Amino acid sequence: MPMKKPLLEFTEKGIYCHAAKVYLDPWKPVDKAIITHGHADHSRWGHKQYITHPTNVPIIKHRLGDIEVAGKEWGETFTVNGVKFTLYPAGHIIGSSQVRVEHKGEIWVFTGDYKLENDGVATPYESIKCHTFITECTFGLPAFLWRPQKEVFKDINEWWAQNKSNGQTSVLFGYSLGKAQRLLKHLDPNIGKIYTHGAIENMTDVLRPMIDFPATERITRDTKKEDIKGHMVIAPPSAHGSTWIRRMVPFVTASASGWMAFRGARRRRAIDKGFVLSDHCDWPSLLEAIKEIGAEKVICTHGYTDIFSRYLRDLGYDARTEATQFEGENAELNVETEISESV
Amino acid sequence: MKKFSQLIKTLDGTNKTNVKVAALAEYFTNAPDQDKVWTIAILSHRRPPRPVNTTLLREWASELAHIPLWLFEESYHIVGDLAETIALVVPSDESSTDKSLSAFLQEMIWLKAQSDEDKKAYLYRNWKQLDYYGRFVFTKLITGGFRIGVSQKLMTRALAKATGIDEDILAYKLMGNWDPNTIDFQDLILEEKKSDYLSKPYPFYLAYALENEPESLGDVTEWSFEHKWDGIRAQIIVRNNELFTWSRGEELVTDKYPEFEVFIGRLPNGTVIDGEILPYPNKEIGTFNDLQTRIGRKNVSKALLKKTPVILKAYDLLEWQGEDIRTRPYSKRRNLLEKMVAGQDGIPLFLSEKMEFTSWQEVAEERELSREKRSEGLMFKRKDSPYLVGRKKGDWWKWKVDPLTIDAVLTYAMRGHGRRSNLFTDYTFALWNENEEGEKELVTFAKAYSGLTDAEFRKVDAWIKKNTLERFGPVRSVTPHHVFEIAFEGIAESKRHKSGVATRFPRILRWRKDKKIHEANSLEDLKALIPHTVETE
Ligand SMILES: [Zn+2]
Ligand SMILES: [Zn+2]
Repeated sequence: MPMKKPLLEFTEKGIYCHAAKVYLDPWKPVDKAIITHGHADHSRWGHKQYITHPTNVPIIKHRLGDIEVAGKEWGETFTVNGVKFTLYPAGHIIGSSQVRVEHKGEIWVFTGDYKLENDGVATPYESIKCHTFITECTFGLPAFLWRPQKEVFKDINEWWAQNKSNGQTSVLFGYSLGKAQRLLKHLDPNIGKIYTHGAIENMTDVLRPMIDFPATERITRDTKKEDIKGHMVIAPPSAHGSTWIRRMVPFVTASASGWMAFRGARRRRAIDKGFVLSDHCDWPSLLEAIKEIGAEKVICTHGYTDIFSRYLRDLGYDARTEATQFEGENAELNVETEISESV
Repeated sequence: MKKFSQLIKTLDGTNKTNVKVAALAEYFTNAPDQDKVWTIAILSHRRPPRPVNTTLLREWASELAHIPLWLFEESYHIVGDLAETIALVVPSDESSTDKSLSAFLQEMIWLKAQSDEDKKAYLYRNWKQLDYYGRFVFTKLITGGFRIGVSQKLMTRALAKATGIDEDILAYKLMGNWDPNTIDFQDLILEEKKSDYLSKPYPFYLAYALENEPESLGDVTEWSFEHKWDGIRAQIIVRNNELFTWSRGEELVTDKYPEFEVFIGRLPNGTVIDGEILPYPNKEIGTFNDLQTRIGRKNVSKALLKKTPVILKAYDLLEWQGEDIRTRPYSKRRNLLEKMVAGQDGIPLFLSEKMEFTSWQEVAEERELSREKRSEGLMFKRKDSPYLVGRKKGDWWKWKVDPLTIDAVLTYAMRGHGRRSNLFTDYTFALWNENEEGEKELVTFAKAYSGLTDAEFRKVDAWIKKNTLERFGPVRSVTPHHVFEIAFEGIAESKRHKSGVATRFPRILRWRKDKKIHEANSLEDLKALIPHTVETE
């Protein structure tokens, strides 16, 4: 008897469902791809057909141009070659989804990127029961423990107000899809005006029909230095150290990222202030998610996969690592370069 | 301790010297006096002995964090700093009330003599109660070594700003043995003592690197030449039968080089010599590696003094018979220096040989001999130049030798630290060697982790992740495929290295994408770069 193929396999091109002939977030061009979210390491060029949550359709089109893409609502099951697929919210960024795959009674869930905290922009994560759980673990180390975003935004707004009273402009770095809008949503517009870099303004324009954001003003060649002074500027990380940023003088910079948990990260990047704010699960969230799902098997994709899966095995899970080309928060930083260069 | 934590946080968070000085000066103005004394002690490496060893710290932290020890160790490896790792993983209720820095340090002195059980209880209580940064600073006080880019010099500058006392006087006050547990701020810093002024050095005159062809400097006979020795630039002061040795960082290092004590009595009072401290094992100039064993040691053992003695190579005379002669022409100062050093047998004081040439071509030829003579290149000094203050263009120039380079193959990779901790950025490089069976194999010769751009690091990282052969904990061996040009400043034979060769400051010069691995250099090529030692004395 031939060995039964697993429901989802890790292949050269990406995570593959043999029975349905469908790939999940593939990194090489394929015929049919289910896409979890709009970050560049998950939604790539060159597939013939894209299937994703309707929210992601304009995002992906904005990034990749005119592609063939079909929207599927959360909870709406669709069948491909007898395999049932359903998307559920992942809470990572706006539109981000997990993929539930069911075939002959066997259920797998692929998380894409996710976080448990409700950030007020992304539809919150839902826990989906399954037999095999494919999870990211970008921050799968006990050193990562996020504070509630309410506290972090209190710090961010206080920082802005303080800079303003010192006569300095605040420049806050966050990648243009996801982090930028999360920042925007929770900045206090009573402190001052919010200016944006073109890459961020363009992406936010795509999302405005779906989410209510405070007013922003795009920085152009005509924007005057005196107008910006004391206000907030949201910029992609690639703007750091560029000539573009010089027109903000006098300014102070801050970065909002999970990596800011490391003491040296901010100094190495020569950023004045670091806020620990991530769109990925921290250590306790990963453990909580896995416990709640009750999966028998766990497969760890990007992040500290070896360490995290070893710890899961210590806890008694059947856990292993699979190599993928997803890259966590770094990839999202790289996207910035692409986008800002094309604008 | 909140003030101290805040200070450390500010110092740690900036690369800007003026921000650091301002934060320290503010602290030295407003903190309680005894905390100031302790802060000075900590920043000048006078902390109390470590009350708990790091093995126990790791065990207890992982226990308190409810994680297995191996997971703690993995986290530590990625974070790269023990105190930071502990501060990140242990849970906290942040209930602490503020206690002074000196109270904490007194507790740590007390703690050393306690049982392990009591030590553990003490740590648990404090780890739990302090907030994240307080926990980090508290643990650092136990493990020692704040690496926050604050030299004694920088601290002294801030202290001068806060107290209005001259920087050099403060540097003198802070030298030697004093115990932060028994001395107070008044006695240590504020009280004026007559002896304070005896030690005062002159600011060093520093040369710029040559920018154009040496010919552009005009008539070669207007210039004096010396080798640029690779040691520690220093001033030696003998006044009132006392000796003071200052390093170029303008730190007082008298205690570190006791062999210079014999200068008292042999050199007249009122003498200041500018020179270079050099290692002198087996009566010849050693490598910078040799000197490393002396740098950073407060107490020098007899065995080390015997194994790696130091000498002073004298460049210049700044004070003669108690008179500041820096405005006299270099040639005149040199004459006085030569007379003073002549006939001084049996003391570790030598002249740095002055050379004169009749053509720039000869100068270039002498430069080519630098490595053999264990120097970094040549110094040019205009014969009629005064001794200026700081780095000034015009009268003094340095003409260093070019770095050595070799093409090597990437064989192992390790994750970087901090933000780079998910990128493989620490590399090991190998060169070809023929083994006993006559087969060619790659032999490790150096590690390097700088010299590529962020984008290049990302590319190499992605390649490594796809081409891993084996994993050994954090280290991966990779398919030999990429060739990099490695630059280094110095090279010496070494028994401690598998290759038999130690290189100084290896770094990646560029990624040789144009080269295949069989085009990389061999160990033999590398060994050919080792200079033959020549007698220089
Ligand atoms: Zn993502
Ligand atoms: Zn991802």
